Amino acid sequence: MIAQKKNKTGLFIALVVAAALLILAIVLENTLDPIKNTIFFTVLKKGAVYALVACSMNLLNGFTGLFSLGQAGFMLLGAYTYATLTIPMSAKDSVYYLYGGTVFRFSLPDLFGGADKPLGLILGVLLALVCAGIVAAAVAWLIGLPVLRLKSDYLAIATLGFAEIIRAVFQWDKLGPVTNGANALKSFPTFSSFNLKNASGEVTLRLSIFVAFLLAAICIALILLLINSSYGRAFKAIREDEVAAEAMGINLAKHKRLSFCISSFFAGVGGGMFAMFANQAQARNFTTAMTYEILLIVVIGGIGSISGSCLASFLYVAASEWWLRFLDKETTLTHIFGFDLDQPFKVPLLRNGFRMVVFSVVIMIVVLFFRRGLMGDKELPDVLRRFGAFCKRLFRRPAKKTGKGGEDNG
Amino acid sequence: MRYALSTLISGVSLGGQYALIAIGYTLVYGILRLINFAHGDVFMVAGLMMVYLSASLPLPLALVLMLVLTVVLGFAIERAAYKPLRSAPRMSVMISAIGVSYLLQNLATYVTGGLPQTYPTIPWLSRVAWGSVKWAAIVTPFLVVALVFALTQLINHTKVGMAMRAVAKDFETSQLMGIKINNVISMTFVIGSALAAVGSTLYFINFPSIVPLSGALPGLRAFVAAVFGGIGSIPGAVVGAFIIGISETIIKASPYSIFSDAFTFALLIVILVVKPTGLFGEKVTDKV
Repeated sequence: MIAQKKNKTGLFIALVVAAALLILAIVLENTLDPIKNTIFFTVLKKGAVYALVACSMNLLNGFTGLFSLGQAGFMLLGAYTYATLTIPMSAKDSVYYLYGGTVFRFSLPDLFGGADKPLGLILGVLLALVCAGIVAAAVAWLIGLPVLRLKSDYLAIATLGFAEIIRAVFQWDKLGPVTNGANALKSFPTFSSFNLKNASGEVTLRLSIFVAFLLAAICIALILLLINSSYGRAFKAIREDEVAAEAMGINLAKHKRLSFCISSFFAGVGGGMFAMFANQAQARNFTTAMTYEILLIVVIGGIGSISGSCLASFLYVAASEWWLRFLDKETTLTHIFGFDLDQPFKVPLLRNGFRMVVFSVVIMIVVLFFRRGLMGDKELPDVLRRFGAFCKRLFRRPAKKTGKGGEDNG
Repeated sequence: MRYALSTLISGVSLGGQYALIAIGYTLVYGILRLINFAHGDVFMVAGLMMVYLSASLPLPLALVLMLVLTVVLGFAIERAAYKPLRSAPRMSVMISAIGVSYLLQNLATYVTGGLPQTYPTIPWLSRVAWGSVKWAAIVTPFLVVALVFALTQLINHTKVGMAMRAVAKDFETSQLMGIKINNVISMTFVIGSALAAVGSTLYFINFPSIVPLSGALPGLRAFVAAVFGGIGSIPGAVVGAFIIGISETIIKASPYSIFSDAFTFALLIVILVVKPTGLFGEKVTDKV
């Protein structure tokens, strides 16, 4: 009974937080100056996309204990599926001009009345994103047949290999009419296409961040529901001990395949959203470095914590794209804390590339000394509840220090 | 015919260079059960150090100093990033390795300013011997065989080699037998880095310039070679590296050059599925 009640409050909190975030997204985007805050908006959109992909990776690596490094490959599949299905008929010839048009003689938004109509846009984009996920999941099923028999590091290296193979295949010239060779696919509907415009083409209501958040929130909610279902418990059992899980009657092969396919499905959707964010899809962007980036987000957030992954992805994106930008600029100080300096002081080390050095040092520190990440394997409601209990105890017995011991046990 | 022969020679030489990197992977994996993702980047840093050292020092001195510094780097990475995680789950160590690789790449980008650095010409090795084949390509296989011979002698006939074999067999028991495993592990990294340094000289001579990412792919290919030959086995790594180097060069010379990496990884997956322990690997059974 109590567990159920706790679960319901947790669900309620999650829903309220999600709704508040979505409303905040609309409010922020429409009140802040879009030109001054470009970078802030970019962070929000990219953060939402990365949150989804990080959660999908967490489902596999954190909850099922399958160490896979193929995320970028599945994102690539998703991005290309989304792009090929949604490039409007009118733009196809100019996008594929090197190959004299494409083999896909249709476009999903156009089937529903065109990407400039709300119905065509929403249905077209949604269907294309679902297709992106399905293609990624189907390929994952095929790859999983041989690869999921491998264990830990071998699985990691094999999935990494598959991601590389997929990338090479998509850049192949002979597939040009489908993938546009090594060139980018573009002109498809992006997040900005969802901004409401009046008859003269002026933007009346900006919804691009809202759409990114909404799509990511729906997918992450689905992942959360899955994790809290009996399948999710089976995944966790496999993570803890494969042999014991099998002895308890869990079909290892089936559940591993399921987890792999579902994770890839959401990675595919995330890939489609990444294409929407970046306004283009190009195979050479989906490198191993991207997988590593997502893996590091999962680690920073805490392996086995969905809310940790979400938080970490926004932090990671904000830090790398925004907060640490100043490290890349050569700076000369003429006054410091209000005092004028006799001669300008050139801050040492600051130069192009220093940001990433600092950033990777920070990551190494997290990996080495805060191995549990931001959240460990706890979720946000748990952490808040424990924090609340901790505060209550502090408030009641301010003199004694016993509160701390209880915190560690909890 | 002439073309085929020169392709074959460069394939064998590429294989030799991969072998030198692959040994580093296989030694570390044999002992720590860790894929040292940073190894390819140590290889790249060795190349970059050669660029900077040769600019200010005479060549022989630069070569020696590069070798020493690479060894120090490998040793330092092990002490700083892997040793604190000795009792942590294997996944944490692997993530730490990925972090180190990320750090080295970013550091290299910072130092070089993201610009390709011209690799120095080494008087004798850079000269063309025959057709388009450089002397380096001809020397490589012999050098590799000599180094591998020396290494197997070290492992089979010295005290430290015996300790390495013991640690690879059973980590905990060897600790109980009085082997200082930290020293043995450091030794592994020292050997691996030294071989990677030699490999980097032979490898980068063939390329006009070197960028921070030039270590990543050779590193991965060498790792595939190590797995292909059976990870933990030195002859396996060498044979695997030669197979991968030759097949890569042949595919690069064919119209399907874009698939050279795809082929390498396809080979990896096939061997993992058909014979997961590789060509020369020992069969391990999992105990519950």
